[in-house]
Amino acid sequence: MLQFVGLSEINGPLVALDRVPKVAFEEMVSLKLDSGETRFGRVVEIDGDRAVIQVFEGTRGLSLENTRTTLLGHPMEMPLSLEVLGRTFNGSGRPIDGLGEIFCERAADINGKPMNPVERVYPRNYINTGISTIDGLATLIRGQKLPIFSGSGMSHNKLAVQMVRQARLSGTDEQNFVIVFAAMGAKNDVADYFRRSFEESGVMERVVMFLNLSNDPIIERILTPRCALTVAEYLAFEHGMHVLVVMTDVTAYCEALREFSSSKGEIPGRKGFPGYLYSDLASLYERAGIIEGSPGSVTQVPILTMPNDDITHPVPDLTGYITEGQIVLDRQLDQTGVYPPVSVLPSLSRLMKDGIGEGFTRADHSDCSNQLFASYARVQDARALASVIGEEELSEVDQKYMYFGRMFEEHFVCQGARENREIGETLDLGWLLLSLLPREELDRVDRETLDKFYRPEQAVQKFGAPKE
Amino acid sequence: MDKNTVYSINGPVVTVRGARQFEMQEMVFVGNSRLIGEVINISDERTTIQVYEGTTGMRPGEPVTGTGGPLCATLGPGILSNIFDGIERPLKEIAKTSGAFIPEGSDMPALDVEKKWPVTLKVKEGDRLKGGDVFAACPETSIIEHRSMVPPGLDGTVVSVRPDGDYTVLEPLVVLRDARGADHELALAHKWPIRQTRPVAERLPIERPLITGQRIIDTLFPIAKGGTAAIPGGFGTGKTMTQHQLAKWSDADIIVYIGCGERGNEMTQVLKEFGELTDPKSGKPLTDRTVLIANTSNMPVAAREASIYTGITLAEYYRDMGYHVAVMADSTSRWAEALREISGRLEEMPAEEGFPAYLPSRISQFYERAGYMENLNGTEGSVTIIGAVSPQGADFSEPVTQNTKRFVRCFWALDKALAYARHYPAINWTSSYSEYLDDLAPWYAKNISRDFLPCRQRISTVLLEEAKLNEIVKLIGEDVLPDDQKLIMEVARLIRVGLLQQNAYHRDDTYVPLPKQLMMMQVILHFYDKASAVIAKGIPISEITDSGLIDSLVKIKYEIPNAHLELFDNYYKEIDDKLAGLNQL
Repeated sequence: MLQFVGLSEINGPLVALDRVPKVAFEEMVSLKLDSGETRFGRVVEIDGDRAVIQVFEGTRGLSLENTRTTLLGHPMEMPLSLEVLGRTFNGSGRPIDGLGEIFCERAADINGKPMNPVERVYPRNYINTGISTIDGLATLIRGQKLPIFSGSGMSHNKLAVQMVRQARLSGTDEQNFVIVFAAMGAKNDVADYFRRSFEESGVMERVVMFLNLSNDPIIERILTPRCALTVAEYLAFEHGMHVLVVMTDVTAYCEALREFSSSKGEIPGRKGFPGYLYSDLASLYERAGIIEGSPGSVTQVPILTMPNDDITHPVPDLTGYITEGQIVLDRQLDQTGVYPPVSVLPSLSRLMKDGIGEGFTRADHSDCSNQLFASYARVQDARALASVIGEEELSEVDQKYMYFGRMFEEHFVCQGARENREIGETLDLGWLLLSLLPREELDRVDRETLDKFYRPEQAVQKFGAPKE
Repeated sequence: MDKNTVYSINGPVVTVRGARQFEMQEMVFVGNSRLIGEVINISDERTTIQVYEGTTGMRPGEPVTGTGGPLCATLGPGILSNIFDGIERPLKEIAKTSGAFIPEGSDMPALDVEKKWPVTLKVKEGDRLKGGDVFAACPETSIIEHRSMVPPGLDGTVVSVRPDGDYTVLEPLVVLRDARGADHELALAHKWPIRQTRPVAERLPIERPLITGQRIIDTLFPIAKGGTAAIPGGFGTGKTMTQHQLAKWSDADIIVYIGCGERGNEMTQVLKEFGELTDPKSGKPLTDRTVLIANTSNMPVAAREASIYTGITLAEYYRDMGYHVAVMADSTSRWAEALREISGRLEEMPAEEGFPAYLPSRISQFYERAGYMENLNGTEGSVTIIGAVSPQGADFSEPVTQNTKRFVRCFWALDKALAYARHYPAINWTSSYSEYLDDLAPWYAKNISRDFLPCRQRISTVLLEEAKLNEIVKLIGEDVLPDDQKLIMEVARLIRVGLLQQNAYHRDDTYVPLPKQLMMMQVILHFYDKASAVIAKGIPISEITDSGLIDSLVKIKYEIPNAHLELFDNYYKEIDDKLAGLNQL
């Protein structure tokens, strides 16, 4: 194999090599330092016989003379076999749990290939998470990508762990459930928290972990989700498993991409992020799904922290345009001690409408959730008005809305970190809360449904009434 | 002797050094796996090519071959009910040969070359034909007859014709001799460059609406056949749902649905739903009049840029046959981002927010391909474009929304607050507009009722008054308003919930014919008039709200089936009776 001595340029994580004949785009290279250390890199640009290489482990200690570069002749690959279950890898897919290399069945290009829309199966089966706000109002469907939009300091990790612990599939598929966890620039504590909670709930042998912590090299961070998703696709589509991929934190991933892009000297788009951020994120998120002829599925729950809680920041914004809905956490709710602090109105699951109702959850599910959304939106108007004229001055109906809003947050949104609510329980609770409102206010529901579920006396019995 | 080779590679952009024979926008094959590319820049030293597929694994020195012509779409029978990627490769065929994932360099003909179509020839020897003239026809689907035309720009005399019978798309059917004596063979299919507008005889004035069955669109902000509309909205506001509804129910003959940089599962949903639904006019499956262009967000970005042009070229082709075509482009922002991405790779000087300076001219070129036309062969047809826009951060002041707004005449602004309250379609009635109202007024007066537009005007006035009153209510609460203003608030609520809000999942409500839309407006206005009279007599509004009238009016959309409009009479009676009862108190 050809070896090249020395380098011609070093800039951030990038090195350039001149007079390289016949190098392939995105080919892997290994760089051997005089100290004996070996690093890996990838060709990101070719200009004639000059190749620009990104070095995964960083360029510290590299000089123009002390490296020998070898072209490996294949793109970045991830070794695959069923042995990956229960193992822990670093961001570029090498085992770091001290149990040695895995014996691989085959290796696959980590970039994957786009799924043919003709061969996709439209996702319909729901995943029961036991969390009222998710099951009832933004139902998670198998094969969906549903991110959690959070902010620093909020309980997104706790929520993700609860989802993973309680997630249940219907019927015979229950045993076939595995988790792929990808930490991208996550703090040490966070990675530890996830690992501990996986161990506590005894699922560790069904988990594959990819850890790129916040002090690990940023180039590896760009590879982390791709390695994780390659494993997920392998388990789902070749072994028929239902894979839940938890990725945290997408914001750190995007920042790594920005750092890398600016060191390549690319023209920045919004907030300095590269213009191709949308396509890049799509190449990750679109790897969720179900394909024809395979029983398995890949479901993604990416977690991202919104800088300054700003939902219009490019990362949550572009994510929202690609994913099929989002679960938004709210700082105010978090501060009032509501867990999980799910901000109901902006949260949404696009695939929900076809995965709920008769045969999936319950026939009245969509009526209940639509009416809860509509009524809770009215609560916001009442609150805005109350902040101007005072709650006492509100009309009787608005006062009822204020009370409904409070009860809704305390009893429906709020639940224990180990409380696992059945879907029926969630819906009954929703109807009972709606019964606090005057019947004519429930305009999203037809007469028969109301006759069946509108129970004002029971509601007052359970939640009390606003004081007159 | 062709020895051009790859010199540099940067993502989808590849350059060749020292080549002189390439033309601008020529289609080329790049590398050993013959990836499709297009020449986008030529200088003395380098020719720059944008490649429509992933370039992983390509090496400098691999061959680049020209095709001598621009990137073309193949036009012929077999387009309808098919699904293509951005450069018209058949995704179903690709799936058959390579499974669930799309490989690079698949070289599939766009149309099935083996299928035989039952063709009727429409010309005889000695006929003089010019570009656009129909020479053969065959039933393409159960509802659409495919008319094969002489490619524009060609004319001559027919020297030989094959008899009627079964032919494939490539078999020559007619030989045409032009003025210089050269013979041209015409088959069912021909090619047309996607970036070039197909010529027409004349642009006709716009005067017919595209009826969509969606109340807020048909009554408040109508769109014309041959018109252009934009649907901007942040994520989760229902752009795609609105597009789906329009694709399902609008009264166009043919729908071209372009999924441009959007979700894969959405395209699957369209495929599945359209196969199950039937067209209200013909009773045949919706797929029989639909063609899908699917270039999902993770498919190559350069093909995403081309997908818009492929779609509009197919639309123009069917327009030339004399059909009314509606193009749904979801979403044009992703297309603009593809432009930005490629422009960035070319190191062009960026204008606003990194978008290239030619963004407005590209957007206008696209929307100007819409119109109501007299075709070269004398038939009339139209292309209507409805483009979704996904503004960054739901901020309508960003470049794509602003530039689109300048070139469309219908603007359906989606509103986050409405979507949060699950008020769908979440089209905001104060910031949306349609410039087609005046053009369409004669049609509405003639075909529906003279009453239609005056009713519409009154409805829109009530909504406007409500918006003004809301400013006051926000400060001091609704209780302090005088009764006549409270009535406006109640009627506005009735209009919002009972008329504008529409349930896409309800059997009757998903599509509402125009006469029912008119009657719904009339009954609401009748109530408004009668109630105003009652209020004027000093009877408190609580009497009216307690009567339960408003609640029963809100539910009209569900209670009256589209086929039983006579049931409206009961509501008039109920309003008169109940309000008269109040009078006697």
